[in-house]
Amino acid sequence: MSLQSHFNTSGHAIVVRELVKTFGERRALDGISLEVRQGELFCLLGPNGGGKSTLFRVLATLLLPDSGTAEVAGHDVIAAAAEVRSRLGVVFQSPSLDGKLTILENLRCGGALYGLRGAVLESRITEATKALNLTDRLNDLVETLSGGLQRRAEIAKCLLIRPDVLLLDEPSTGLDPGARLDLWAALEQLRSEHGVTALCTTHLMEEAARADRVGIVSAGKLVALGTPEELTSAIGGDVISLGVSKETGADQLAATITAKTGIPATVVEGEVRIEHAEAYALASRLAGEFPKEITSLRIARPTLEDVFIARTGRLFADQDVETNDTAGKPAAKKKKR
Amino acid sequence: MTKPTRLLWTPAIAFWWRDVIRFLRQRNRIIGALATPLVFWLLIGSGFGPSFRNPGAASDAGSYLVYFFPGTLVLIMLFTAIFSTISVIEDRREGFLQGALVAPLSPAAIPLGKFLGGTTLAVLQAALFCVLAPLAGMPIGWHQVALLLPAFVLVGFAMTGLGFLVAWPMDSTQGFHAIMNIFLMPLWMMSGALFPMPAGTGWLYWVGVLNPVSYGVTAIRSAFASGHGPGLPAGYLVGLSVTALFAAVMFAISVNLVAKRSRRN
Repeated sequence: MSLQSHFNTSGHAIVVRELVKTFGERRALDGISLEVRQGELFCLLGPNGGGKSTLFRVLATLLLPDSGTAEVAGHDVIAAAAEVRSRLGVVFQSPSLDGKLTILENLRCGGALYGLRGAVLESRITEATKALNLTDRLNDLVETLSGGLQRRAEIAKCLLIRPDVLLLDEPSTGLDPGARLDLWAALEQLRSEHGVTALCTTHLMEEAARADRVGIVSAGKLVALGTPEELTSAIGGDVISLGVSKETGADQLAATITAKTGIPATVVEGEVRIEHAEAYALASRLAGEFPKEITSLRIARPTLEDVFIARTGRLFADQDVETNDTAGKPAAKKKKR
Repeated sequence: MTKPTRLLWTPAIAFWWRDVIRFLRQRNRIIGALATPLVFWLLIGSGFGPSFRNPGAASDAGSYLVYFFPGTLVLIMLFTAIFSTISVIEDRREGFLQGALVAPLSPAAIPLGKFLGGTTLAVLQAALFCVLAPLAGMPIGWHQVALLLPAFVLVGFAMTGLGFLVAWPMDSTQGFHAIMNIFLMPLWMMSGALFPMPAGTGWLYWVGVLNPVSYGVTAIRSAFASGHGPGLPAGYLVGLSVTALFAAVMFAISVNLVAKRSRRN
């Protein structure tokens, strides 16, 4: 049995074109365009304040953009909000279950919001709770459940309507690492067994690395789009990070290295950073040539953070400021890495 | 596939049911909404009793405890309604109502559910308090019950409406408490609940006339005072009609507010 109902014909579950949204002077969305394929687990990665929550709210039909268009499950979020709403499951960052009710009662209420009742509602509840392994916890009060179980119950609530698309806003906020793994296992299972399309916003690199495709959002723009492997392999090798002595200074060492070797070296957060296909050989050469200047040396496979740095020239954390639109949304949380 | 209609009754009944279940599971709310007015009634009633003279009534019209009883009922309903609507504030930002805002609902669904929930609780609490009426020297017969019930329903609906209108645009519960103290409580005090509103042309008279809560108090007071004769007691129909009109206006404004709020620019 599939939780998935029929898809739209465009081949994409979500299509966003040139979306612009400004809050006062700030452009939260600056002409962003992207497509999410059907059956895909898509992550929107970006620092808090980068625009991903604004995009989430536009897609969830909660916020009107200034210009541009967005389609979810083949329907325009502005012109056909009711159609979009009936095909969309939304998991909010803050819990939307009632702690004083049991999982079953929450699911019944949740289903009723979409007009489900009676035998249809009960069979959908059975279906959704099975998919999220909640069948033996149905009569537990939500406030007594762990954060991870609560999240799974929220997702189960969204599945009652057999949504074409699931939107999740920072779903792992407040979850311990174990619960986070459970959540992702559940999402991957929904994708592979039930063909559910999910768009998930996150500021956690390791979370985005599990997605089928990642869109990196910074300052309201899409700065990178692809599978995690595509994005990291585009870096062109491994990443060398050099700690530099105070006497020399990172800027001077970077300039010297670039001048001597012709390889571009940048300074990020006081360290010299170099991407190179043969990082090991280069690192040993640099260690030999600058023994006094270099105080530490690290070589690592590129991560999505390196992709972010390469595309924006900034550290991920540099943008992590609380400038996000907080209308109807709790204050931006501290970034975890 | 769910049809893309704007749903009203099924979700409204779900909201109503949820409010009732929540209330029954939170004992302190039952106590809070019932005990505070009870204490008010006993303390204020007993304290003012000896010095109280109702200018509009005969000298043996009964004690202040009797006079204050309908006002206490309205206070109970006001408190119950407030406690049931205050949850809207947090619920909308980070709770159950978030899910409702992305569901294909008619803008009337949330107010209808909340109003029905608040009304149910208010009527139940008021009915419970009425058990004390005979103790205060106000016997209740079927005649009174038949008159009181519609009054309770309409007053409960109107009070919930008042609470909802205050709560919906609020961002914090602190703001709600402020409004409650400077607006809702005076509205109750100036309704003839606590003391008879003077006749004539003074400002207090006009406050009483323009205050919609006055009419709820009047309806309940005249229901208690009614004998068993034919016809409805004086003041009852006017009180009930104005309260009904007020309740309808509260509902219409609430629907309008929700419709505006469901999409933000």
